[in-house]
Amino acid sequence: MLKYIFKRIINAIPLLLIITMICFTLISLAPYDAIDAMTTPKMSPEMVELIRQKYGYDKPLYIRYIRWLGGLINGNFGYSIVNGTSIFNDLISRIPNTIKLVLPSYVTAYILAIILGLIAGANRGKKADTLIDGFASVGLAVPTFWIAMLLIYVFGYKLRVLPLLGMNTIGSNDLVDYLKHFVMPYVVLTFAFLPGNIRYVRSSTITEFSQDYVMVQRAFGAKKSEIIFKHVSKNVLLPIVTRLGMALPTLVTGAVITETVFSWPGIGPYFVKAVQGMDYPVIMVILVLSSTLVIIGNLLSDVLYCVVDPRIRKAV
Amino acid sequence: MKNDKKRRNKMTRAAFLKDKLAILAAIFLIFIIVISIIAPLLPLEATKTDVLHILEVPSKGHWFGTDEIGRDYFARVVYGGRVSITVGILAMLMSTVLGVSIGMLAGFLGGVVDFTLMRIVDVIQSIPWLILVTVVSIFFKKGLLSIIVVIGFFSWMEIARLVRAEVMSLKEREYIQYASFLGIDTVKIILRHLMPAVMPTIIVSATSGIADAIMTESALSFLGIGIQEPLSSWGKLLQAAQSNLQNSIYMALIPGLLIVFTIFSFNKLGNLLRIYLEPSRAS
Repeated sequence: MLKYIFKRIINAIPLLLIITMICFTLISLAPYDAIDAMTTPKMSPEMVELIRQKYGYDKPLYIRYIRWLGGLINGNFGYSIVNGTSIFNDLISRIPNTIKLVLPSYVTAYILAIILGLIAGANRGKKADTLIDGFASVGLAVPTFWIAMLLIYVFGYKLRVLPLLGMNTIGSNDLVDYLKHFVMPYVVLTFAFLPGNIRYVRSSTITEFSQDYVMVQRAFGAKKSEIIFKHVSKNVLLPIVTRLGMALPTLVTGAVITETVFSWPGIGPYFVKAVQGMDYPVIMVILVLSSTLVIIGNLLSDVLYCVVDPRIRKAV
Repeated sequence: MKNDKKRRNKMTRAAFLKDKLAILAAIFLIFIIVISIIAPLLPLEATKTDVLHILEVPSKGHWFGTDEIGRDYFARVVYGGRVSITVGILAMLMSTVLGVSIGMLAGFLGGVVDFTLMRIVDVIQSIPWLILVTVVSIFFKKGLLSIIVVIGFFSWMEIARLVRAEVMSLKEREYIQYASFLGIDTVKIILRHLMPAVMPTIIVSATSGIADAIMTESALSFLGIGIQEPLSSWGKLLQAAQSNLQNSIYMALIPGLLIVFTIFSFNKLGNLLRIYLEPSRAS
């Protein structure tokens, strides 16, 4: 198994390199000159040239790429060209905020989805299933930012019980205050993660229920609850555990829209602002970071699968 | 083969007629699409401002009220829907054409071509989608066409995978092998024999593709990187509604509900068509 894991890691490396290359070329091809953001029209051409040299923009593309890549590996992510801050520091201060929001929402959605999906799948075609599946279908059609707006309207403007924006009232370090800010984006995100996961659990439950072993259990007169909890759930949960790995990138970029609506000081608003302000170094780092997480996440989920499922473990 | 087709058609039709919600969804979509097409013929003025009547609640004169500069919100919503639906359909067409061609090529030719194309799919799919689309949208001058191209150009991967898998199994079937053995032109084999066989898959994923494209467009426009003024779409209207949320909730409710209904309806019909693909699962 170690050999398999090692092989998967080795395979992931070229993919990562290609991604960084694509990100870099993509941004370099952008129809704007990064220098424009750092200079003013009043500067003399010599001055502009000096800045160009200082930041290494006079060098050919591949040299700039190698330098940039070297920087990334050493944790030197460069500086934002709009406000000059260190991207590394920005990320370090923002990523925990995003995780604080995404992790609880995802865990809640996950647990709810497993429960609801199992119930729906086990009672296929009955009332409970119609209800749960109906909820999932509607949920898939609802834009998350719209839910966010409705919640803001009801709880922020009409009932005035929850604050509209941010993570804390300025100057306050109170936990209650934090929770008040937290609850709306948390609900919205949970709702956003829920329908897809319900669908997934439901359809794998249905597949499991059509297997022979369920029929055998039935023939032996096993109770339905016994079949669900003792037998079906095990097989349903297996692929779900591996889905956890694939959820890794959501920890960073899973809440871009929700965070933006609520001005939650995470990666979302940072990224959206960078895109609107053409802040290339920032965009590039987020692009690479999020794709790296996707690749690591897929790797993790393959390895997890291998660890939890003895059938696969033996096969590799 | 012929009989099977007939049976599938019959099953799908029966399922459709039995499912009241699906009928409703179809009627709703036809209604929305017809309104979008004939919008210019209707007595609507989406751009006429009227500063004396701003942010008025829905009334007889203005069915959906007026917006922050006094434009008739009903007209805005109709024209917004026109944009949303257009983006949905055109982006879907683009991604379907791309996805089907790439999937066909990869599946039919196999070997190096398949390997290369699938690695490209891997690479594109390892960038989180919203992030990718957002970044790519920087390259284009903001407008209707670019949003269609951006969404269409980056959502073909799933359909390409589906088509590839299907073509790979079809390739092993006798009638296809016989056709290649007879020396029939590859293009002709693809068009005459493979295409009809994968058509149901294409239609199903195209239907949900429209829904996805509409959703993406609304999210991008909401973030301010999609459709730009003076054009509007439902997502763009929601973005504007954000600043008038406190007093004019109808401005957020109406386009939002329309997005939900539209996407739900496309998904609903897509799921129904799946019965055609997998009749065994439907019973």
